[in-house]
Amino acid sequence: MSELLVVPALLAYGEAAFAYVGELRGPGLAGRLATWGVRLGWLAQTALLVGQAASAEGFPWGTWAGSLNLFVWLVVGAYLIWGCTPRYRLLGLTVMPVAAALLALAWAGGGTAVEDGARSGAVLAVHVALMLAGFAGLTLAAAMAALYLWQERRLKRHERGVLRVRVPPLDALDRLAARTVLGSLALLTLGIGVGAARFHRGDFDVAMAVTLGVWATYASLLVLRHEGWRGRRAALLNLAGFMLVAIVLPLTHFAS
Amino acid sequence: MSVLALVGVSHHRTPIELRERVALDLEACRALAQRLGGAVVLSTCNRTELYLEREENAEDEAVAAITELAGDRSQDLAAALYRLRDDGAALHLFRVAAGLDSLVPGEGEILGQVRSAFEAGEPGPLLDRLFRQALHTGRRVRIETAIGESPASVPSAAAALAQQVFGELNGRRVLLLGAGKISEATARNLVSRGAEIAVVANRTIAHGEDLARKLDARALALDAVAAELEHVDVVVSATSAAGVVVSRATVAHALRVRKGRPLLLVDLAVPRDLDPAINGLEGCFLYDVDDLRAVVEETLSGRRSEAARAERLVTDEAERFREWHAALDIVPTIASLRALAEEIRDSELARAGGRLSETERRHVESVTSQILAKLLHLPTIRMKEAAAAADGVVYADVVRHLFGLGEEERRR
Repeated sequence: MSELLVVPALLAYGEAAFAYVGELRGPGLAGRLATWGVRLGWLAQTALLVGQAASAEGFPWGTWAGSLNLFVWLVVGAYLIWGCTPRYRLLGLTVMPVAAALLALAWAGGGTAVEDGARSGAVLAVHVALMLAGFAGLTLAAAMAALYLWQERRLKRHERGVLRVRVPPLDALDRLAARTVLGSLALLTLGIGVGAARFHRGDFDVAMAVTLGVWATYASLLVLRHEGWRGRRAALLNLAGFMLVAIVLPLTHFAS
Repeated sequence: MSVLALVGVSHHRTPIELRERVALDLEACRALAQRLGGAVVLSTCNRTELYLEREENAEDEAVAAITELAGDRSQDLAAALYRLRDDGAALHLFRVAAGLDSLVPGEGEILGQVRSAFEAGEPGPLLDRLFRQALHTGRRVRIETAIGESPASVPSAAAALAQQVFGELNGRRVLLLGAGKISEATARNLVSRGAEIAVVANRTIAHGEDLARKLDARALALDAVAAELEHVDVVVSATSAAGVVVSRATVAHALRVRKGRPLLLVDLAVPRDLDPAINGLEGCFLYDVDDLRAVVEETLSGRRSEAARAERLVTDEAERFREWHAALDIVPTIASLRALAEEIRDSELARAGGRLSETERRHVESVTSQILAKLLHLPTIRMKEAAAAADGVVYADVVRHLFGLGEEERRR
C-alpha cells in the first residue's frame, strides 16, 4: 500500500518543477507553491522509503531503480536545506525537473516497490548510503554551477532583464557550490573507505575507476580554488565532474 | 461610530510651489497631530496628508487644519485638495504604503515614511488599526510582488548589479574614479546597501579629498589607481577625461593577483573611461551608462506590470478593513445581547442556587453557559456578515427592538 506514496511524491515534484518556471516571471505565489510542492513531495517520498525499509529484510535499495529512488530523496533533501529560502529558490529550477524525471524512472524500474530486499550486510548498506549521499550533494553542486554559468552569461551579455529574475548572487553560488562539494567529497571519501574494507584483489572494475575519477576531479577543484580557479572555471570543472557522476551511477549497476 | 477623513495634496495635481507650503518635517507633523488629537499627518516631498477620526465633522476640521498651513495661498490649496472618507481613505493609504501612488511605482522609501508618520501621530482606535494594516499591506506587497526589487535610476541599477554579483555588500570595497555628482550619487547608493568606499581617485586631488572626506575614504591621484584594482570589488568611474582611464591590460594584471575574485566595473562617463574590452576578461563585469539605462527601462516596465498584482493585494486589504470597520456598527449590539443573556442566566441561577448542591450548581452553570454560547453563536456570525454587507445597522436595530436592548437605560 505504501508504494502508492510514489504518486503524490511524483505529482508534488512535478508541480514544483512547473511552479519554478512561474517563479521566473517574478516572486510570488508560484514560488511558494513550488516550495510546498518540494516539501510535501519529499515527505511523501520519506514515508515511502520508511515503508520500504520497514518491509524489507535487507537493504531495500540494492537495485538500480531502488538506488535511484534513494538518490532522488537525498538530492531533494539536500536542496531543501537551501532551497526554501527565497534567495536560493530558483535553484529548484535546475533541481526539481531532474528529480521528478529520475523518480519517474525509478518508479518505472520498480525501485519504489515495497517488497523483501536482497539480503546484504550492514557494511555494504553504509557504503551505498554514503556514496549515494555524496553523489546527491555533487548533483546539487552541479545545479548551482549550471545556475552560475547561466547568470554569468546574462551579466556578461548585459541582458536588459538581468535584474528581473531573482537569481542567487554569483559569488554566493560560487561559495555555496564549493562548500557543497567539500561536504559531498567528505561523504564520498568515507563511502570509499567503507567500501575498501570489503575490497578483494580482482574486484577492481570500471565503476570503481570512474568513482576514483570523480573523487580526483572534485578534490582538484577544491585545491585549484586556492590557486584562483573560481567562478566560471570552477563551475565548468564542477559540471565536468558531474558528467562522471552521471556515468558512474548506471555503471555501478550495469557494468559491474 | 467614528468616521475617518483624509484631506491632502500630492504630486498628481498640485505643483511644488503649493506642496512646499504645506510640507512639514516629522516634528511639525507630531505637533499638528497632538494639537488635533485622533490624527496622523503624513508629509513627504510628494504629498502632505492629514488623517483624522471623529464622531462628526472630521472632514471640515481636516480641511481647516491643512489650509491654515498654506497661509496666503490657502484658497489655491483648498482647490487642489483631495478629500476622501472611510473606505476611500483606507484604500488610498494602502496604495500609498504600497508605493502605488508614488512618482516611481513601488519606491521603497514611502513605507518608512508612513511608519514614521504613524509613530509621530496621535491615532485613535480607528486610525491605529488603519495604519497598522497599511504597514502590513506595504510589507505584503513588497514580499509578494517584485514591484520594489528593481532599480529605478542608473545609480541604483549599478548598486543592484553589485548585489547581483556579490550578494550582501557589507565589507565590499569600492573604488571611485572621479569626484563629481554622479560618482557621489552612485557611491551613496552603494553605501546605503552596506558597501565601503575605500578610495576616491580624481584628476584634481583636492576635489577628490573633499568627497573622500564625506565618504570616509582615502583620496588618490587618478594615475595611481592600478594597484587599487587588486583590492577592491567594485569600480565606479565617472570622470571627464577625454580618453581611456583604465585599460584592459591594467585590469588583466590586477586579475592575476586577485585569484579569481570577481570585479564589477561601472562606467558612467561619456566618453567612456574604461576600456570596453575589459568585459571580455574572465571574472570581470563591465557596464556602461547605456547598459544601465537599458536595465532601468526594463525594470521600470517590470514595475508597471507588477503594479497590477500589487493593486489586487491592496484591494483585498482594503476590503478586509471595510469589513472590520463595518463590523464596528454591530459590536455594541452583540455585546448588549450577550450581556442581556448573561444577566438572565445569572439571575435564574441565583434564584435556583439555594436548592442545589455545590456539584449540581457547577453542573447547571456549565450547561447553561454552553446553551447560551450555542444559541448566540449563529446570530453573532450572521450579524457580522450583515455588517460586512452593509446591512449591519438594519440588523442591529431589529435585534435591539426584538430583545429590548437599551430600553432599560432609556427608562433610567
